[in-house]
Amino acid sequence: MSGPGTAWYLALAAFLFGTGALGVLIRRNPLIVLLSLEIMLNGANLALIAFSRHVHNGTGQIFALAVMAVAASEVCVGLGLVVALHRRRLALDVDTLSELRG
Amino acid sequence: MILAFSAGNVLVWIVWIAAGFACLASGIAVVSFSNPFYSALALIGNLGSLAVMYLLVSAEFVAAAQVLVYAGAVMVMFLFVIAYVGPELEAPWAGGPRWQSLAAVLAAGSLLTEIIVVIGLKAGGSLAHDGSVPGTFGTPGWIGRLFLTDHLLAFEITSIVLLVAAVGGVILGSHTQRGAET
Repeated sequence: MSGPGTAWYLALAAFLFGTGALGVLIRRNPLIVLLSLEIMLNGANLALIAFSRHVHNGTGQIFALAVMAVAASEVCVGLGLVVALHRRRLALDVDTLSELRG
Repeated sequence: MILAFSAGNVLVWIVWIAAGFACLASGIAVVSFSNPFYSALALIGNLGSLAVMYLLVSAEFVAAAQVLVYAGAVMVMFLFVIAYVGPELEAPWAGGPRWQSLAAVLAAGSLLTEIIVVIGLKAGGSLAHDGSVPGTFGTPGWIGRLFLTDHLLAFEITSIVLLVAAVGGVILGSHTQRGAET
C-alpha cells in the first residue's frame, strides 16, 4: 500500500498547528483557547505518528499516546480553573485575567 | 507517484483527501465559531477525522484511543463544563485592539510558513517514498509490548502525571474556600 507520502501528513499537521496557534492568539474565551490548544497538540500528534510510520519505529506512537495523556491532564486542570473562575463570578475573558489574585 | 495508481491506492487517496478536508474545515470551524458549544462539537469532528488519518498510517491503537479518550471522555467533560458555565457568545475577531488580531494572524501565518519551508527544504525528497510495514505495526498487542518493555518509564511517568492532574482538578474544583476557613 502506498497512499500519500509522509510529507502530505506533515503539511496537514503544520496546517492544524497553525490553525490552533491562531485560535490561541485571537480568542479570548478560555474554553476556546483550550479547544485550540487541543488542535495544536493533535497537529503534533499527527506529525509524530507519520514519522513513526516513516522510520518504522514505534517510539513515535508511544510518544503520541503520552501526549494524549498530557492533553487529558491539561484539560482536567484547565477546566477546573474555568469552573473556579465561574464560581468567583469572574468574567471568562483571558484579557481581563491579568492578575494572579482573584 | 505516477506508477502507483492501482485501485486500492486511489481509494487511499480519496479517504485521505476527505479526512484531510474534514480535518482542516473543522479546525477552522473551532477557531471561528462564536458559540463555544459549537466549537466543541466541531472539535469532535476534527478528532474523528484525525482518527481516520491515524488508521491510514497504520496506527490502529492510537486511532482507537483517540476516539475513546479524546472524542469520548475529554470532549464530554468539555461539553459538560460549557453547559455548566453557560455558552457566552463572543465574536472571534472583535473586542481586542485591531493590531492584536493582525499580529495574531501574522504570527500564526509565519509559524505555518516556517514549518512548511523547513519540511520542504530539509526533507522534501526523502519523505516521498513510504515502504510497507509489518502487519503487527500499530496493533494493541505491539503497543502494549513496547509500553511494558522499552518504554516502561514513560508509562509510569504518564500515570503519575495523570494522578497529579486529577488531584489538582479536585483541589481547584472543591467548594471550600481557604480564606473563609481561617
